[in-house]
Amino acid sequence: MQMRPELLLPEILVFLGALVVLLGGSFLPRRRQWIARAAAALALLGAATAAALAMAGPAQSAFSGTFTVDTATGAARVIAALTTLLVLGVASGEIAGSPRESDTYALLLLATTGVMVLAGSTDLLVLIVGFLLASIPLYGIVGLTGGRAGAEAAMKTYLMGALSGILLMAGVTVLYALAGGTDYALLQEELPAAPAAAVGAGVLGVLAGLLFKAGGVPFHFWVPDAAQGTGATAATFLTTVPKVGALVAVYRLVATVSAGDGSWLLVAALLATASMVLGNLAAYWQTDPRRLLGWSTVAQVGFLLVPVAAAGRSDLALPSLLFYLAAYALTNVAAFAVTATLPEHRELADYRGLARARPGLGLALLVALLGLVGTPPLAVFVGKLTTATAAWDGGHGWLVLVVMLSSVLSLFYYLRWFAPVFARPDQHTAGFPGRGGAAAWPAVTAGVAAVASLVLGVLAGVLWAALEGPVVM
Amino acid sequence: MSMLSLIVFLPLLAAAVLAAVPAIGPAAARWAWVVVSVVELLLVGVLWAGYEDPGPNGLAFEEQVPWIPGVSSSYHVGVDGLSLPLLAMTAVVFLACAVYALRDADRPRVQAALFLFLQGVSLGVFVAADLILFFVFFDLSIVGMYFVIAGWGHGSAARSALKFFLYTFLGSLALLLGFIGLYVAAAPHTFDIPELVAAAPLAGDPLTGGLVLAAILVGLAVKTPTVPFHTWLPPAHTDAPAIGSAVLAGVLLKMGTYGFVRIAMPILPEAWRAWAWVIVAVGVVSVLYGAFVALAQTDLKRMIAYTSVNHMGYIVLALGAAGVLAEDAAQARSVAVTGAVVQMVSHGLITAALFLLAGVMQDRAGSYDMGSYGGLAAPAPRYAALFAVGAFASLGLPGFSGFIAEFQIFAGSVAVAPVTAVALLGILVTAALFLRALQRVFTGPAAGHTPGFEDLRAQELWSAGPLLALSLLIGVLPRVLLEVIEPASAALVSLVGR
Repeated sequence: MQMRPELLLPEILVFLGALVVLLGGSFLPRRRQWIARAAAALALLGAATAAALAMAGPAQSAFSGTFTVDTATGAARVIAALTTLLVLGVASGEIAGSPRESDTYALLLLATTGVMVLAGSTDLLVLIVGFLLASIPLYGIVGLTGGRAGAEAAMKTYLMGALSGILLMAGVTVLYALAGGTDYALLQEELPAAPAAAVGAGVLGVLAGLLFKAGGVPFHFWVPDAAQGTGATAATFLTTVPKVGALVAVYRLVATVSAGDGSWLLVAALLATASMVLGNLAAYWQTDPRRLLGWSTVAQVGFLLVPVAAAGRSDLALPSLLFYLAAYALTNVAAFAVTATLPEHRELADYRGLARARPGLGLALLVALLGLVGTPPLAVFVGKLTTATAAWDGGHGWLVLVVMLSSVLSLFYYLRWFAPVFARPDQHTAGFPGRGGAAAWPAVTAGVAAVASLVLGVLAGVLWAALEGPVVM
Repeated sequence: MSMLSLIVFLPLLAAAVLAAVPAIGPAAARWAWVVVSVVELLLVGVLWAGYEDPGPNGLAFEEQVPWIPGVSSSYHVGVDGLSLPLLAMTAVVFLACAVYALRDADRPRVQAALFLFLQGVSLGVFVAADLILFFVFFDLSIVGMYFVIAGWGHGSAARSALKFFLYTFLGSLALLLGFIGLYVAAAPHTFDIPELVAAAPLAGDPLTGGLVLAAILVGLAVKTPTVPFHTWLPPAHTDAPAIGSAVLAGVLLKMGTYGFVRIAMPILPEAWRAWAWVIVAVGVVSVLYGAFVALAQTDLKRMIAYTSVNHMGYIVLALGAAGVLAEDAAQARSVAVTGAVVQMVSHGLITAALFLLAGVMQDRAGSYDMGSYGGLAAPAPRYAALFAVGAFASLGLPGFSGFIAEFQIFAGSVAVAPVTAVALLGILVTAALFLRALQRVFTGPAAGHTPGFEDLRAQELWSAGPLLALSLLIGVLPRVLLEVIEPASAALVSLVGR
């Protein structure tokens, strides 16, 4: 086996982009920081293009099989890079001209690199590298852009991340001891013969780390606090991009260990149920839109875990997971970008009359919220449909029932937000900033993401064909 | 683009244009809406003229384009004798609403866009030949109607809209659950309706078949609505604007019963037969409960809303009876199904007209309370006349479409299941309640809001009037309609009997 570093071109591009932005940013005057932003965008576009081109080829592996470039990695890379690009759009309104602007971009790019590594790793040690690279910049981003509440959110995120990181490494240690290696192919061969309790402890440890990254129950506590406390840029990023890498990694891990033992699929199904139910129930009475979205993302992780429960049992499992990830990323970014456009409106009631004052923004929010509910023909609907079908096909019919009931639960709190948006303005109606100004970029981002989530839903078949490509397991 | 796609997407396109261009003035928006609706009606007319029966499990004007090949779902549309009449009824009802709204001043551009959107998705439901496509349109109709009630309703519109959304959305998810079940059960997996009909998955698996049918039935029963899933309907109707109620009762409720004949019965014949008696019972209860509760209402619009529960109950009853296999009863079951489809069309026309007429009360006096009117025939003779015609049509007087429908429903149902004759009581109660309403509101001395009540305006007359005229036309000349429906219901009955 050779190194073949060229297979990691997208990661390398984003990483180099981060270095350029970090170094170049310190030489740029504050009002010229947009150059750093442009450089970051260029790096991300380059990475997405390189990753998309790589998807056309056969599945390959680099660094002696520890990193795999297949359809799952390719899709995760493209989604992560393009989503971060959209996050830059949100940032253009919020942190343009702020003292730490280029530093934030550098951290975003570094975290994106980590997310990509996480998605492609087929070796537990590489998984650790990906986890750390995706986590540590995140602590910085949460703290940098959040002000006083951000410090608290950063602390909570850091503590949760440190704890789950330790569990992850402990789990890797146990599995290494049992299998005599950390390669997934080796694990698949050796683990069925190993003591079940020890395997269980090891896998649960690794899952703990990944669930923290994904923001799934029971390692979700930091998500609503961070979504509420930190800046819009950081909130958009951390509720969207890390999930892409983490869930693909969860899928690979569960597919690996469930080769001999189907009970891990049940564990995935139970984790999915817990995330869906808890996230939805907790979102019910939130009045801060960002906090509500924070809990909604916890619930969405539950939906995203549904196809994991069918790993290896249904042909639909992996394509539906990847499709849902793309759909979710677009929709969630659209919703957060709307909140970034109205940074002063921190109560659901403040949105009263938005549809009349800013029809475009109201429509983008409508598309985002209906999208998160799973209304056709928006992209998340196709994701929900195919993931639920995969779960039933994989033998978990009851999980589909949970998905449907959770969707009904979720409808209620999304309605609590969009009912005031379309209500007649009254004397309590806060004013809305006009078009243009600093909020122009997030507004455009919201529109682009909303339209894209609709287009993705209508043209689902086109993307689906790309997601059914070769996969290494 | 084929004919059916044009029919579905023309209103959607017009809606998008109206929504996106704020420069369009109120009058232009109103007339654009009317023009598009007229064109739609003409297109459906052309379709009807060129229609030839496609045979069992066949579709005319078929069109299929891959959509999500990964899960065997495609943009597949087509019409047969079960859907063509509903398509025509939908076009007529929406045109009537467009005419009715001509003089409304409340945000005309957005309203026109919303109703054209609803028209497109409603037509989409009736031409869909793929479960996912059906679901897409089905769900979008809920979203559209939510905004109609919340944005143009009165009273506690926001609450009623929320209740409507939550209830019907829950129903639609149950439906989706059932659809996924059908997909997983079919080999090879598919969402295509004709393929599923041909394959009849879950035959020989009564447990799963029953559960999947239950999910689909619950989903459709909420939308229909039948007892006990009807509780969203009265508040939604009471607080919706007149044209919203007309579309909701006239068109959207039919999506539920249409789902029975398009999806549940032909794809799950074995389960349908096994549960036929339950469905018959639900139908009978809906008929009687709807009639008696309507009798107790003092609010005219609520009363009409409850008669919808009653009228939709006849349809459920007939379709249930079609699943009861009796000796040599294929002919009778076919008659029952034909009656059910005629009832879908007839109820759409008559109830839409009644709700439009009820809206006149809201417009003039802001009240539907029957007690606060009296002797309305004196100041508003045209209104009284038209309402009387609507009431008689609704109670199933011979000469109107409702009679044709109910006669066939009972002729077919009683032949296979004599016990269904108890539902005849529903017709009697409906007759009583309509006559009593006519008496209270239109006869006697002038009282309450009556003095100064303005008679029907042109746009009100020319919206409700043609709907009732069509009901009369069908009642007098039913052949044109029956010739389209009968082959399709015979084919459906033989599919259910497999």
